[in-house]
Amino acid sequence: MSQHTLSVLVNNHPGLLSKVSGLFSRRSFNIDSLAVGICEIPDCSRMTIVVNGDEAMVDQVIKQLDKLIDVIEIEHLPVQNSVFREMVLAKVAVEANQRTELLQIAEIFRAKIVDVSLHHITLELTGQADKISGFLNLLEDFKILRIVRTGTIAVPRFEEI
Amino acid sequence: MQVSGAQAMVQALEQAGVTTIFGYPGAAIAPFYDALVDSNMRHVLTRNEQGAAHAASGYARARQVTGVCVVTSGPGATNVITGIATAYMDSIPLVIISGQVMTDLIGSDSFQEVDITGATSPFTKHNYLVKSAQDLPRIFQEAFYLASTGRPGPVLIDVPQDIQMAIFEYEKPEAVHLPGYRLITEANPEQLLAVKAQLEQAKAPIICVGGGVLSSNATQELMQLAQSCQIPVVTTMMGISAIPFDHPLYLGTLGSHGIFAANYALNKADLVMLVGARVGNRAMGSAQEIARRAQIVHIDIDPAEIGKNIKPHTAIVADAKSALAGLLALNPQTDTSEWVATVTAIKADHQLPDKPAAASATIYPPTLMRILGELAGPDAIVTTEVGQNQIWAANHYPFRKPHTFITSGGMGTMGYGLPSSLGAKVGCPELPVIAVSGDGSFQMSLQELGTVKQEKAAVKFVLLNNSRLGMVHEIQSIRYKRYSQVFLEENPDFEKLAAAYGFGYSKIHSNDQIEAAVRIMLDTPGPYLLECQIDPHEPTLYPVRKEEKG
Ligand SMILES: Cc1ncc(C[n+]2csc(CCOP(=O)(O)OP(=O)(O)O)c2C)c(N)n1
Ligand SMILES: [Mg+2]
Repeated sequence: MSQHTLSVLVNNHPGLLSKVSGLFSRRSFNIDSLAVGICEIPDCSRMTIVVNGDEAMVDQVIKQLDKLIDVIEIEHLPVQNSVFREMVLAKVAVEANQRTELLQIAEIFRAKIVDVSLHHITLELTGQADKISGFLNLLEDFKILRIVRTGTIAVPRFEEI
Repeated sequence: MQVSGAQAMVQALEQAGVTTIFGYPGAAIAPFYDALVDSNMRHVLTRNEQGAAHAASGYARARQVTGVCVVTSGPGATNVITGIATAYMDSIPLVIISGQVMTDLIGSDSFQEVDITGATSPFTKHNYLVKSAQDLPRIFQEAFYLASTGRPGPVLIDVPQDIQMAIFEYEKPEAVHLPGYRLITEANPEQLLAVKAQLEQAKAPIICVGGGVLSSNATQELMQLAQSCQIPVVTTMMGISAIPFDHPLYLGTLGSHGIFAANYALNKADLVMLVGARVGNRAMGSAQEIARRAQIVHIDIDPAEIGKNIKPHTAIVADAKSALAGLLALNPQTDTSEWVATVTAIKADHQLPDKPAAASATIYPPTLMRILGELAGPDAIVTTEVGQNQIWAANHYPFRKPHTFITSGGMGTMGYGLPSSLGAKVGCPELPVIAVSGDGSFQMSLQELGTVKQEKAAVKFVLLNNSRLGMVHEIQSIRYKRYSQVFLEENPDFEKLAAAYGFGYSKIHSNDQIEAAVRIMLDTPGPYLLECQIDPHEPTLYPVRKEEKG
């Protein structure tokens, strides 16, 4: 079992997200994350899907996705040669005595402060999934009010010719 | 030209070459039904929407065209679901048109609203919810293209009522452009060479034929390859009729309810060439085990079938016809004489049980099937229900020509045989159509007898009456040693039932009555019900033989 990232170009079609997610659940494919948004091609969206499974399962995921008429193109992104990013928003309760510590952690990870009040801070961090996890681990000492993650998006690197 | 959406729908069907549709009206599809009045297309009014889908499927399979059925929104749409799923599992080309509530009511749980595109997406090849009348010509064209090309399957078009009523300027759609739909039909020459090499090394090869060989019309190529390379052939339930039952190289149907020689060959082969077969668990048992023993060659038009249930050593994604013709052209040199001698001997040693047509207390189904086939002739189309009746027809009816066997293979849908026989007869009025039925399944689409009557479809119903759900009864007796909810003690008086519809009728219980009764049935014009008394303990699972025990 390992993680595989698929970049999937699809027609921008209201029913499509449910077709894709339905496909994963009825064929018992393990999906770690799915992120979707419009892209450079008009009327199309690009999905980044992270699945967990062995080679045979990923092969089936790709083929079954490819059978959907609204799926135009699927790329299995190489781990070494792609850029992976995820964003997290963490809303943390902090009293005055914890503030400095939290800001230091934010600094180390280059997290941004996007909202602040007397008793809480919301931090934004973008990075690879492992960086996000490391960041969230350090936040465990604080009282976390809410964590929101986008799921991974990814793009292959330029090939040097 | 200004047209209404409904007129455009009718026109699109006509342009697709459709001459007959099956359906059931209702408010949300009313504009379409009104436009239909001005068309020459034949509409068969079934008695339940499920029957419309099954009939369209029988029609499609008998005529080898795309079947069409039309239903209203809500309950009409949900009733058709079983028919769609049945067609999907057997890869039958259907276009299903459903009416939908007005666009501005969608999502408000309005009267007779149901999300049918959501509900059917797991078992349609594709589906559409039409957003604008302008899209109708394009969507219809795409739907027929998708349903009938590649691996065929059902496509549903959900059309809101206001879109059927909208007036718009009709424009002929451009050629189908579907960038997300890649069709690979031609076999790759390198892969063909690889398969040739494998075939030439094999000492004990078999060809396992699925429904794909029939849907791609590859039966000639199949027989030529089998003959020229001397490779024995087995079929799945869906592959039956791809090769004549008495072909010297044909061993029979695979599976727990299949033929001994076929299963023997699958278990002993050193190369299994799957053609248009999806390696279903009912046919193949443990696919992994087979792959450990034998080289697997998998030919299928659907790339997703490759590696799904069995990991092949060589695979060809192509139309079965192109792949088999390509292999044939390479003229593989094989020596299989010992193997062919072995399996032919096994086949001869395990001849199917048959009984002389002598006096008896009940009808012996294998004998009935043989006589039916002899008298109905090679062109007759046979549909079945599900249960023991299906197994007897599959194993014992002498199929000689392709596309003469119509059954629900993948779903095993009871209630399929009666309406599909109607569809087959409507599609091929010149051919005899026999509907082999069980007393349980027959009553699951019983209302369609009304459609048979209205359409004057001269279907010959052969009802195997064992007053129970025979197949479940048999499994319960073997596995559970007691029975639960399988008895149909209060079956109707089938003679009166036939009379109510004005059908011919007779009942037989002894094997020496079969021939005369079948002749009368076939010679009597119009629909006919032949009720056959079957021993309720007649098995379809024969005791395991000593060779099988090993
Ligand atoms: C719609 C549906 N419901 C239930 C079943 C399960 N099932 C399979 S065979 C069978 C019995 C069929 O009885 P009958 O039609 O009388 O055929 P027989 O086996 O007696 O020949 C049943 C209930 C099914 N295949 N389809
Ligand atoms: Mg029965």
